[in-house]
Amino acid sequence: MEETITKAAPILTAKDFATDQEVRWCPGCGDYSILAQVQKVMPTIGVPRENIVIVSGIGCSSRFPYYMNTYGMHSIHGRATAIASGLKASRPDLSVWIVTGDGDSLSIGGNHTIHLLRRNFDVNVLLFNNQIYGLTKGQYSPTSEEQKVTKSSPLGSLDHPFNPLALAMGADATFIGRSMDRDPKHLQQLLTRSHQHKGASFLEIYQNCNIFNDGAFEVFTEKSSKADEALFLEQGKPLIFGAQQQKGIKLDGLKPVVVELGDGVSADDLWIHDEKDFYKAQILIRMFDDPRIEGHFPRPFGVFYETERACYEDMMQLQMDEAISLKGAGDLDKLLRGKEVWEIA
Amino acid sequence: MNRNETVLSDVVIKFAGDSGDGMQLTGQQFTNNTALLGIDLATFPDFPAEIRAPQGTLPGVSGFQIHFSSDKVYTPGDLCDVLVAMNAAALKVNLKSLKQGGKIIVNIDGFDAKNLRLANYAEGVNPLEDGSLDNYHVTKIDVTKLTREALKEFPELGMKEKDRAKNMFVLGFIYWMYNRDLENTIEFLEEKFGKKEVILQSNIKVLKAGYNYGDTTEAFATRYRVEKAKLPAGTYRSIMGNQALALGLIAASQKSKLPLFLGTYPITPASDILHELSRYKTFGIRTFQAEDEIAGITSAIGASYGGSLGVTTTSGPGMALKAEAMGLAVMLEIPLLIVNVQRGGPSTGLPTKTEQSDLLQAYYGRNGECPMPVISASTPSDCFDAVYEAVRISVQHMTPVILLSDGYIANGAEPWKFPTSEDLESIEVKFKTELGEGEDKFMPYLRDEKLVRPWVVPGTAGLEHRIGGIEKQNITGNVSYDPENHQLMVKLRQEKVDKIAQYIPEQKIDMGEEKGKVLVLGWGSTYGAIKSAVLELRSHGHSVSHAHLRYLRPFPRNLGEILKNFDHVLIPEINNGQLIKIIRDQFLVDAKGYNKIMGVPITKTELVDAIKKMF
Ligand SMILES: Cc1ncc(C[n+]2csc(CCOP(=O)(O)OP(=O)(O)O)c2C)c(N)n1
Ligand code: SF4
Ligand SMILES: [Mg+2]
Repeated sequence: MEETITKAAPILTAKDFATDQEVRWCPGCGDYSILAQVQKVMPTIGVPRENIVIVSGIGCSSRFPYYMNTYGMHSIHGRATAIASGLKASRPDLSVWIVTGDGDSLSIGGNHTIHLLRRNFDVNVLLFNNQIYGLTKGQYSPTSEEQKVTKSSPLGSLDHPFNPLALAMGADATFIGRSMDRDPKHLQQLLTRSHQHKGASFLEIYQNCNIFNDGAFEVFTEKSSKADEALFLEQGKPLIFGAQQQKGIKLDGLKPVVVELGDGVSADDLWIHDEKDFYKAQILIRMFDDPRIEGHFPRPFGVFYETERACYEDMMQLQMDEAISLKGAGDLDKLLRGKEVWEIA
Repeated sequence: MNRNETVLSDVVIKFAGDSGDGMQLTGQQFTNNTALLGIDLATFPDFPAEIRAPQGTLPGVSGFQIHFSSDKVYTPGDLCDVLVAMNAAALKVNLKSLKQGGKIIVNIDGFDAKNLRLANYAEGVNPLEDGSLDNYHVTKIDVTKLTREALKEFPELGMKEKDRAKNMFVLGFIYWMYNRDLENTIEFLEEKFGKKEVILQSNIKVLKAGYNYGDTTEAFATRYRVEKAKLPAGTYRSIMGNQALALGLIAASQKSKLPLFLGTYPITPASDILHELSRYKTFGIRTFQAEDEIAGITSAIGASYGGSLGVTTTSGPGMALKAEAMGLAVMLEIPLLIVNVQRGGPSTGLPTKTEQSDLLQAYYGRNGECPMPVISASTPSDCFDAVYEAVRISVQHMTPVILLSDGYIANGAEPWKFPTSEDLESIEVKFKTELGEGEDKFMPYLRDEKLVRPWVVPGTAGLEHRIGGIEKQNITGNVSYDPENHQLMVKLRQEKVDKIAQYIPEQKIDMGEEKGKVLVLGWGSTYGAIKSAVLELRSHGHSVSHAHLRYLRPFPRNLGEILKNFDHVLIPEINNGQLIKIIRDQFLVDAKGYNKIMGVPITKTELVDAIKKMF
């Protein structure tokens, strides 16, 4: 949660966060829904509009700041995280949001992403994952599946994809979540949780690129399959899914297994979700793509992991405050004079 | 014992030894001692690329040259009068820079069979014994033995620890030779080893032993003295280039009331600016050691955007990585300072050696039409003024600025008549905080008479706006792909930088007539060499003038006129001819170059020859 000056600000609505700029995404693009949810959430987080800054890189998704009536910077490819680091380090009072694509944050900007997370700046990373390079018209991305046929991989991509949340976990992120463009309520909840978390929040948002990678997340978003393929995490609740809520996930030692409820298996036997559990979070994050785990699993959505760790900008401020309280504020004349001087008459 | 005392006006000493021999520290101590006496000086540390090259080898030699004089000193000196060689390799590497008839002080323990072999002397050859040094005055001292002897009463020290004090013996001896007292070095040792009593006492003991050795050994009949220099009256301190740069940044931050944010990644020879600034938290300075150079500059852009004085520091390879982000800063039109402490290139090149080969990169090394002001520093203490001016231009003209320094002045030292905070002109910065009269909507790219747009920082209610690297519509700052608008914006960004020429001083002739035969035009660290060469030639009646550029982009508005006033223009540079290209391009003058690309400064002697050829 960002520290902000609370003053009696006028009550704003989603409309107040829209700009006069024409939104230029392709009709049907998942980015529209994400924009709508962010505009809905912003008036509710208790931060004056002028204290909100959205920094983005380059990509379709990174056009985002132009459509948000806050402060914003549309920067260069991959560097939004690094720009935001300098901004937050020097202006801890601001609520800083980073909007980035899967190419932007995991390919060209992969380095800055992991360093931002380990330093734990109190910012919110919104990763619009469409598993493709949208803006450059359809090359495979670091999250595209193996063998994917795209413009730049006519015989199938040879790249093994990142699991973004596992990467975030490896970089010691303190908040890790996933949501999707097509579930507005869930997305709003996760945006709010991201904001509330004190520290770097890493939120992966599945986003459909209907032009170059249409249907990538269909099984999670379409009514017919969603219940069986998506699993919504809730703190302290068992992992249950399925149209009739008839299926669950149980931990067999360190191995997750899908079980049918009834017939001697009750909700009490299931894996109870605990966002604070560092070890279980890793299993949960890896469940769908770890070849050592047999069977087909639903894809979890929600908060996988949250922990507390001091934020970089606060520690930076603390070092300064302590130095000043110990030695007093710097004296320029003393500094220029140095230790040893001599006079020439 | 009664000795002769000879007064000298000008001395160059080079301390040379293995990188582990502590020659840098010895040189710095001698420098401080010299400075405190009011003697003018310039130094040139010359260290190996490897932190610990194999002991005793040629690549492992580390040197520190100091030129001190009762006259004004402009360079660390072409050739030395005295060479201190701690081992055979140090002698071999440095003999060529010793004057004929000069003094050599050697540690004979560094000339045993093993050291001779490591220094690549042929089997059985020892320069101390084969007569090859007959043209020099050689003083042989068994420094190792004498140091160990001095430390007899320190049984708690191992042999290795004892030997580590060898440089103190040499320093003590040189102090004796030049009639100095030991006070400032003893104080330094007390501060350095305060809590380690045994180490402290042993070092002091050896320092005194070196001094007494000179005093009691009859072989040394003469001591020397160099008198105070006739410098302008005032209070002085000794300063190195990178240090001056750091102080200049702090001063600029204080006088502009903008908190300083440094985003950077370590690289030789720029890292010391980070080291220095990270110590001054009490000035509200934030230093951020980023994950790479790109994050260094982009974090600084983020900080500038937030209302800080954003700074990034680097050297050539890092500059290459920052290029795209500089373009962003040009588009955003926000203040940002990029410091390049140049070194030998291309690629990793010569990390510890000096060069001026990044000027064209600073000028042109970005995609698109991407003009940025370029400022240069010409001496160690000038780094202070240069960076202060670079900050002023950056914040008052809302533009990223490149400051070029180089390894030579970064690590060189000289006396500095430092300013007081009152002497420093304050740097006015205005943030826009509300809509002006008659404005109903904020226009981020509405320009003033300098063509400068307003600086609005996040947190300012009512002025929320978006900026970015995509071409923007004039005035509104909205995204625009309109062809006419693009041409207009390219021209506006160029004009804005060109206009800075109206807000900087005119170019001065540093020395010589305003009109004449030959003008030597320099920039950056060649200042001292050009100055002393021109001084010498003028004393022999040659009509030659010297102008030195601080402002490289835009050039001072009267530069073209100055160039026209001379029959010939010579441009010495430590590169393959870079300023000369720009000067020829902009002013159509048939300038000639003098180019040395050996990783070392240009000497006065070679420059005198080069200038003579112009007549
Ligand atoms: C330095 C640089 N390299 C390459 C590009 C071209 N480029 C722009 S966006 C992009 C990939 C975008 O993919 P992603 O980050 O996933 O964003 P999306 O468009 O899918 O939202 C690339 C390669 C660029 N703008 N800058
Ligand atoms: S290309 Fe894809 S990601 Fe980009 S705007 Fe169109 S639909 Fe959206
Ligand atoms: Mg993408």
